[in-house]
Amino acid sequence: MSRKPIHRLPAWALRTNGAVVLLFLYAPIILLVIFSFSASRIPGQWGGFTAEWYATLFDDSRLQRTIAVSVRVALVSTLLATVLGTMSALALERFKFRGRRVFDALLYLPIIIPDVTMAVMMLMFFSQSFSLLESLFGIGLSKGFATIVVSHVAFNIAFVSVVVRARIAGMDATLEQAASDLYASRWQAFRFVTLPLIAPGVLGGALLAVTLSLDDVVVTQFVAGPGSTTLPVYVFSLIRKGVTPTINAVSVIMLVASLILVAGSVGLQRANASRGRQQLRTSGGNS
Amino acid sequence: MAEAKRERTERRRGFLLALPSFAYMVLFFAIPLIIVLVYSFATRTSTGSTSLSDWNFDAYRKLGEPIVRNVVVRSVILALVTTVICLVVAYPFAWFCAHQRQTVRNVLLVAVMIPFWTNFLVRNYAWRILLSEGGPISSFTEAIGLGETDILFTKLAVVIGLVYAYLPFMILPLYASIDRLDRRLVEAGRDLYGSGPQTFRRVVLPLTMPGIIAGSILVFVPSMGAYVTPELLGGGKETLLGSYIVTQFLTARNWPVGASLSFVLMAVMLVSTVVYFRSGGKNL
Repeated sequence: MSRKPIHRLPAWALRTNGAVVLLFLYAPIILLVIFSFSASRIPGQWGGFTAEWYATLFDDSRLQRTIAVSVRVALVSTLLATVLGTMSALALERFKFRGRRVFDALLYLPIIIPDVTMAVMMLMFFSQSFSLLESLFGIGLSKGFATIVVSHVAFNIAFVSVVVRARIAGMDATLEQAASDLYASRWQAFRFVTLPLIAPGVLGGALLAVTLSLDDVVVTQFVAGPGSTTLPVYVFSLIRKGVTPTINAVSVIMLVASLILVAGSVGLQRANASRGRQQLRTSGGNS
Repeated sequence: MAEAKRERTERRRGFLLALPSFAYMVLFFAIPLIIVLVYSFATRTSTGSTSLSDWNFDAYRKLGEPIVRNVVVRSVILALVTTVICLVVAYPFAWFCAHQRQTVRNVLLVAVMIPFWTNFLVRNYAWRILLSEGGPISSFTEAIGLGETDILFTKLAVVIGLVYAYLPFMILPLYASIDRLDRRLVEAGRDLYGSGPQTFRRVVLPLTMPGIIAGSILVFVPSMGAYVTPELLGGGKETLLGSYIVTQFLTARNWPVGASLSFVLMAVMLVSTVVYFRSGGKNL
């Protein structure tokens, strides 16, 4: 006997809702791509096919400079955040130490803090510490590339740490023990057992860090210097002045860049899942 | 003896491993946070600079003034509306996902994850184009005989943008809690002659409450602090808390008020997190 489902909603209503949600999520992105090829000068109106707006991107030297800054910020901040985040994940999951709980709580905050608050914090911190350094040692510092990197690392350590911790928590701790039983040194056990096992988590964390770094508008806007604006901050200021077909084209480029990162992370998850299944199968076969 | 010594070594190793990032977080996160707190009690001088010698609650008292109060009230309302819409749309969607075959389920979840990874600014910009005067949505409504829609730079546009930005944050925790739901309990509810809606209200809803609360927090808090969406889709007219704070720093140069409002925002976030953990949630 089949009972009616507990919700009064018939199957078709659920299915329609699902279709509407997917349409809502994807239609804007797809339409943006389509309109970036429109010959009309008004963005959002169709005027025949053209790719000329993409060609205009190559003439804009300001745009190219901001892209270069964005890429450099993303690479440097991701590298630092990945190393620091992985170290803190290992410390929190595998060791007991004084101040562990405080550290744990401190690492949760950047994830839930609103980015406006984070931006305000970094702005005030840099202006205070710069004037302090100036008055104490006569060192004159100004906001720019370094302040953007420092701020991005400050919020990305937490995200990398969460992703890596999830990976370590799902890992078999006995493998490390086995390594040390076989007289591996602490470093060897880490290098040849732990690191390869947590590598997908580390890579996933790094991808998230790149994405968040390239996504950030608010924090960067507060800590960027005159000559060191990133692409999103520049595009944001352009949009506020008025939309143009060129912005459409830049947006699509940014879209493609972020989709490449998604593909990377989805691929990573699938590889993980299938490797997990394989391991299960081999271990099942051996027993 | 040897055991105690080994444990001490282990503790020291753990501490040393955590030390670089711990130091980094203290210097570039905890100290900035404290500076904001200190500033929120400072005074703005007539020249627009900030005096730290005179400590008071003026900046917090300003929150009671009509302009600021309106911004706060509007932010709370818009964030609540956004959260409710997300919840109503996402619950059936998450339920639908959780009741599919494994492969379909994975495809749907990836489909929800992709927009979450897609550049945030671009996603907001896409709506700016969709809602623009004579743009796709307006032409569509005109074509089906509803007349032109002119909703860019209104509250509605801001809500649409916020729902679009944060819907995945609602779907994923809801899906997780519905997926964890023990189906046998639902069956038990029915066996005890609970009607469909009764079983839903008495069994399913309480059991999926952690997901509902987590999703609501993940949507409500960033909506309150939103800056990019109200600027692009509200045209700066529909100021929300986030954009108001930014103005206090970048144009009005009233740092104490900006700092105190940032703290209000932080407080909203901390209170909701505490509510979440109290309600039995484990991790956000």
